[in-house]
Amino acid sequence: MSLLATHALTAFYGDFQALYGVDIDLEPGETVAIIGANGAGKSTLLRALVGLLSAEPDAVTFDGRPIGGLAAAQVMRLGIAMVPEGRRMFPSLTVEENLRIGGDHRKGDGRWNLATVYELFPALRERRRQPGAVLSGGQQQMAAIGRALMSNPRLLLCDEISLGLAPIVINDIYAALPNIRQGGVGIVIVEQDIARALSVSSRVYCLQEGRVTLRGRPSELTREAIQEAYFGH
Amino acid sequence: MIVALDTILQGVLLGGLYALFAAGLSLIFGVMRLVNLAHGDVIVVAAFALLTLTQRLGLGLAPALLLTAPGMFVLGYALQYLLLNRVIGKDILPPLLITFGLSIFAQNGLLELFSADSRRLPANGLENASLALAPGLAIGIVPLMTLAAAIAVIVALNQLFYRTAMGRAFRAVSDDPTTAQLMGIDPKRLFAIAMGIAFAVAAIAALFLGIRSNFDPSIGPARLIFAFEAVIIGGLGSLWGTLAGGVLLGLAQTIGAEINPEWQILAGHVAFLFVLLARPRGLFPRAVD
Amino acid sequence: MSAIAAPPRFRVEIGTRLSLVAALLAALVLATLFAAPFLVGRGVLKDLFFVLTLVALAQYWNLLAGYAGIISIGQQAYVGFGGYMMFALTAFAGLDPAPAIVLAGALGALIAIPTARLVFRLEGAYLAVGTWVVAEGFRLVFAQIKSLGGGTGASLPTAVTNDAWSVRLLADLLGLRAAVARDRLAYWLAVVVAAGTIALVYRVLRSRQGLALAAIRDNGSAAGSIGIDEARTKLWVYVVAGFGASLVGALTFFQTARISPDAAFSVTDFTAYVLFVVVIGGIGTIEGPILGSLVLYFMRDWLADFGPFYLMGLGALAIAVMLFFPRGLWGSFAEKFDIHLFPIRRRLIVRDGGPAS
Repeated sequence: MSLLATHALTAFYGDFQALYGVDIDLEPGETVAIIGANGAGKSTLLRALVGLLSAEPDAVTFDGRPIGGLAAAQVMRLGIAMVPEGRRMFPSLTVEENLRIGGDHRKGDGRWNLATVYELFPALRERRRQPGAVLSGGQQQMAAIGRALMSNPRLLLCDEISLGLAPIVINDIYAALPNIRQGGVGIVIVEQDIARALSVSSRVYCLQEGRVTLRGRPSELTREAIQEAYFGH
Repeated sequence: MIVALDTILQGVLLGGLYALFAAGLSLIFGVMRLVNLAHGDVIVVAAFALLTLTQRLGLGLAPALLLTAPGMFVLGYALQYLLLNRVIGKDILPPLLITFGLSIFAQNGLLELFSADSRRLPANGLENASLALAPGLAIGIVPLMTLAAAIAVIVALNQLFYRTAMGRAFRAVSDDPTTAQLMGIDPKRLFAIAMGIAFAVAAIAALFLGIRSNFDPSIGPARLIFAFEAVIIGGLGSLWGTLAGGVLLGLAQTIGAEINPEWQILAGHVAFLFVLLARPRGLFPRAVD
Repeated sequence: MSAIAAPPRFRVEIGTRLSLVAALLAALVLATLFAAPFLVGRGVLKDLFFVLTLVALAQYWNLLAGYAGIISIGQQAYVGFGGYMMFALTAFAGLDPAPAIVLAGALGALIAIPTARLVFRLEGAYLAVGTWVVAEGFRLVFAQIKSLGGGTGASLPTAVTNDAWSVRLLADLLGLRAAVARDRLAYWLAVVVAAGTIALVYRVLRSRQGLALAAIRDNGSAAGSIGIDEARTKLWVYVVAGFGASLVGALTFFQTARISPDAAFSVTDFTAYVLFVVVIGGIGTIEGPILGSLVLYFMRDWLADFGPFYLMGLGALAIAVMLFFPRGLWGSFAEKFDIHLFPIRRRLIVRDGGPAS
């Protein structure tokens, strides 16, 4: 049974429809990438998955269980953690408190705790007492990932983790992914950088204007096909 | 010289009471950016609750407080959860109007239940007890206890905010309620808890208010104003700042009263307006806002 | 290749057919109001006076809050100030009441300027409480002024009320006793003030200033980026509101002929009632406060016997309306059925020529 599956998922911002019947699925331990141009609906998809946007109950299933429309706080406690777009560190909390709060509200069993997160991202340990928002972009991204890991999720949603970062920093961040994957956690990566997305995932979905225009294994997809699916021509 | 020292001492002690008034207001604004215009009336409601427990049921002050504080917590929780949570958002007008309506409702409800008579909590002469420090210099026991209670409450609240998971949650929710949800936090429940805590603190304030001065259903708005002035003078976002603000307000009022008894409250307003002109963010604001 | 279509022609419209009917009705109502003293007794006249002054106060409050985004719960500062200025001008400077009332309004506008400097240091809900603190400050200051009655207050000397030039003129013209003439003078002034306020607010909101205000309310900093001076516009609105409240205050206390700090700076009479009226009626509309004032008047009439329950009822009703009809009773009605008697919003009407019509 898939860890996560969507069934004709639609999403609206008020009267504006952003997703038109999206079907994706993910096996436990699998890494899936969602690519697409700006405004294609990638972030919208993640928000619908995590409960920040309402959806029909059956439109999203987790372990076979319908979770569409549940409140975000509930979804989190079921074991889905999100690394939000723009990092969203809490300025009133220190780095360490930001990490802690990731795990405060879910008793997940797994190997992620303060010690192991600091092992994964040593740069954070030196800065643990600093306010969360004064870190550099890359460090904030690491902290945001660490924060999501602290709940020992079974599914990790990463929204544009390379946004606004220098390539060398992005390398460091992506270097941590294999380690994270080791725990058997499913990962959904939303990425604008197609090459990165293809290099790190076992399957790719391309979104365009709220619809899935391409799906498949990276090895099976041609550049032309991707370009067509991405831009529409 | 002794008179000056005495004035300062009385001012600081009065400040303790104002800090107690202000602590709840500061907490609420810090967590959910809400100003409860009925805050003063909440204190008066608690005072009447204490009065009923002590006079009608003959309970002592301490047991009465032990009953009233949790009761007020539940009241505040319910109020937030059922009423105010529905209107929290970008628009400040609905919460303002609703809490204003609650203020009118509470004042007149109390008037109906208890009449406009002036009351006092029975304290068995404690209100007159004092400690003599020097000839002409004495500290009232109740004002001293009030200041001690204010400090204790602020220490406790700071511990809650900076040393516990719930405190982290409060700060996170005040920063970014959406991302806080991603952490498994339910902002609505948290807001309700915060309001409950503020109401419970109001009960403590009511105890000391009721022992040292007369109260009646109409004094709520004035307490709100003192609480507000203490918060602004002290600086937004800092509980210790609120304590300092309360003390400074108490000092300003007491010095004013020393010059002319009719000028007591006005002196407080002047001090408030002066701080507003010179330091709009207060004297000890939190760095991040 | 498609031919390039002619560009659409458009015009901007504000009036509606309904508003034309409403305008005629308004003229009729105004005429009736002016004729009222010849038709009804002194008691009803006093009630009408109350409603008219409330409508005026509510319109100014609405202008402040609904369009400039400034929530004030301290307008009673100006009401009281205006009342006291009127007293001082008539009793000490010997001015006739009518010009004194207008001058009191102007003085209120003047004092609003430094006050704004103070209270604008605060924002949002804190600004609101700040205005209340200022009002309390005013109250305490005036309570200290012995020549104006100090804490207990003072009555207007008869030299002012009954022997004033305008009162005498009216008494002679209509053959009335001085006291009755004074009541009618106050009443007619109230009609003028209320009508004038509605006209003023309506004009302001239809003008470019009105667009500016709406822009500020919707998004302060965005408004700045298109050249609207937010600070200056807010100050201007606050000063106008100060003028209005002072005018109403001067008029109110001319009518009662007695003033005291507690009455002059009463939160209940000049803020709570106004808030109630605006909430019930609807924020940001002109019709709303008129409707709200009528609702309040009737509630006061029916429930006044019930003492504190009456105010509890007002409070509860205001809370309920705020929860379920955030746009007020009129506001929800108007939105639903798209009815605007005093239309303010501009509608873009696109004529043929383009594909967009």
